[in-house]
Amino acid sequence: MGEKRSQSFYVLGAFFIAYVLFLYGPMFAIYILSFQGPDGGLTFPMNGVSLTWFGKVFSGAGIVDIGAAFRRSLELGLVVMLLTVALSVAAGMAFRRSFRGATVLFYTAIASLIMPSIITSLGIALEFRLLDDFMIKHGTDFGLGAWAGGWTTAMGLFTSGLAAHLTWTLPFGLLIMFAIFNRFDARLEEAARDLGATPWQTFRHVVLPIILPSVVGIGLFGFTLSWDELARSSQAIGSVNTLPLELQGLTTTVTKPDIYALGTLTSAVSFLVIFSALIIILVLQARQRRHGSDAGKGMV
Amino acid sequence: MMLVFALFFLFPLVLVIIVSAWDYNEYEMIPAFSLRGYTDTFEGCIAGLPELCTILKTYLKTLKLCLMTWSLTLLIGFTVAYFLAFHVRSKTWQIVLSLLCTIPFWTSNVIRMIAWIPLLGRNGLVNKGLEGVGLIKQPAEWLLFSEFSVVLALVHLFTFFMVVPIFNSMIRIDKRLVEAAYDAGATGWQTLVNVIIPLAKPGIVIGSIFVITIVMGDFVTIGVMGGQQIASAGKIIESRLSALQFPAAAANAVILLGITILIISSLTRIVDIRKEL
Repeated sequence: MGEKRSQSFYVLGAFFIAYVLFLYGPMFAIYILSFQGPDGGLTFPMNGVSLTWFGKVFSGAGIVDIGAAFRRSLELGLVVMLLTVALSVAAGMAFRRSFRGATVLFYTAIASLIMPSIITSLGIALEFRLLDDFMIKHGTDFGLGAWAGGWTTAMGLFTSGLAAHLTWTLPFGLLIMFAIFNRFDARLEEAARDLGATPWQTFRHVVLPIILPSVVGIGLFGFTLSWDELARSSQAIGSVNTLPLELQGLTTTVTKPDIYALGTLTSAVSFLVIFSALIIILVLQARQRRHGSDAGKGMV
Repeated sequence: MMLVFALFFLFPLVLVIIVSAWDYNEYEMIPAFSLRGYTDTFEGCIAGLPELCTILKTYLKTLKLCLMTWSLTLLIGFTVAYFLAFHVRSKTWQIVLSLLCTIPFWTSNVIRMIAWIPLLGRNGLVNKGLEGVGLIKQPAEWLLFSEFSVVLALVHLFTFFMVVPIFNSMIRIDKRLVEAAYDAGATGWQTLVNVIIPLAKPGIVIGSIFVITIVMGDFVTIGVMGGQQIASAGKIIESRLSALQFPAAAANAVILLGITILIISSLTRIVDIRKEL
């Protein structure tokens, strides 16, 4: 560890570059291939350049209703994002003081994060299925006849699907909140209290502005994880599919570059969200610095 | 938040365990105690000894894929994290380079899997390249829809889960310890083995837990990259489910859960996760 760059720096640097290429190379291959000419196939070389395949995706030719799946995924992602942010911030604040069940909640969150997705998915599917069976068979006995009469299923995008996604995004949100508050200067809150702020004012005018960049980060995780989530949704989503599920289905049947075009579009949404979130975070941090706050540096 | 977890995580988990001991027929589950889910799973296993039955072979295969992925992600993840933590000096660059590694994690897994197809396929870039150089005469078939492609894709997708915790551990190592080791005459290698690796152990363990649990339960990557031909623990559950045999699927889930918990608990003996945040 001398002052000069040692030889190992260059070796490791080369390794890092190779890793980044390994990460991005294949993705760019399909982005390029999605602009394949009308006669092009699934692999290189390119046969001309065109937007044919994007047109195919939008017109829906040959593919199941992608537009609808796109909208569904978007809506679900937004709901998951809002809930993840709200619940994570609330839980993060709660965890700063010890409360009953704190340890249990923490380990539950960790377990939810590392539980093999298929098991979570199966569990949620079973839960809703048993509820359905119960309602259909015994609904009227319990005076729930009004509901049970037309009962088909409780499973759906915003019930079981939402639940499956939350078991995946909430642990991430919680962990980010932990990381924030481990570096949070509690004296700022005390100062606010000493100046006569109510708890809500303290949160609204002191805590929230400081943690805001990281909260945007939680939102970013919430949306992107939901947008791309596949394994947990697979059994729990009900009768309609989200975009990743449609995509996975297509891998076995489609032999034309339209699947690449769809991939490029999906990634474009991801990148759009990622970069807007990053820009918001940067702007917020710049504003904090301008206003002379000494907290919130280099988080996220 | 506890409510969400209780309703949609703990309760379903309990249901899985209960339903795994239910009886079932071709199209519905019957709420009566039965171990058919388990016995069907291991059907013919004892009769067939010493030959391994399909189910055991599948679990062994899953473990093998898991082990290969784990060792590769650990190797790559450790090296990348080491570079970021000790060789990149300015904080800004550290953030930029970490972001560079993180961005793919925020994009779709399926797309990152599909992305290998134009590279590895029979007429893909790799085959074309090797033919061009004259190394092979016929396109290599084992590149795509094989164990090779499965492990490749898994490593590609999940090395990130190794990099982050290991980097997180390394960044907290007091640089003066490394200096001290250097001053005491340790070679770079000795410093690595005797100072850095022990101190980065929590990160290594956390990363390992992530990778192992993901791979053990994975059925999507193995399905897509294996051309739906390779069986794995996760795929058994999935195929049981598509046949609507819920108790059988649940029984398999319980077995998988047992194995996973076994692995995790042996790993957590080594570190306390909560301390590491």
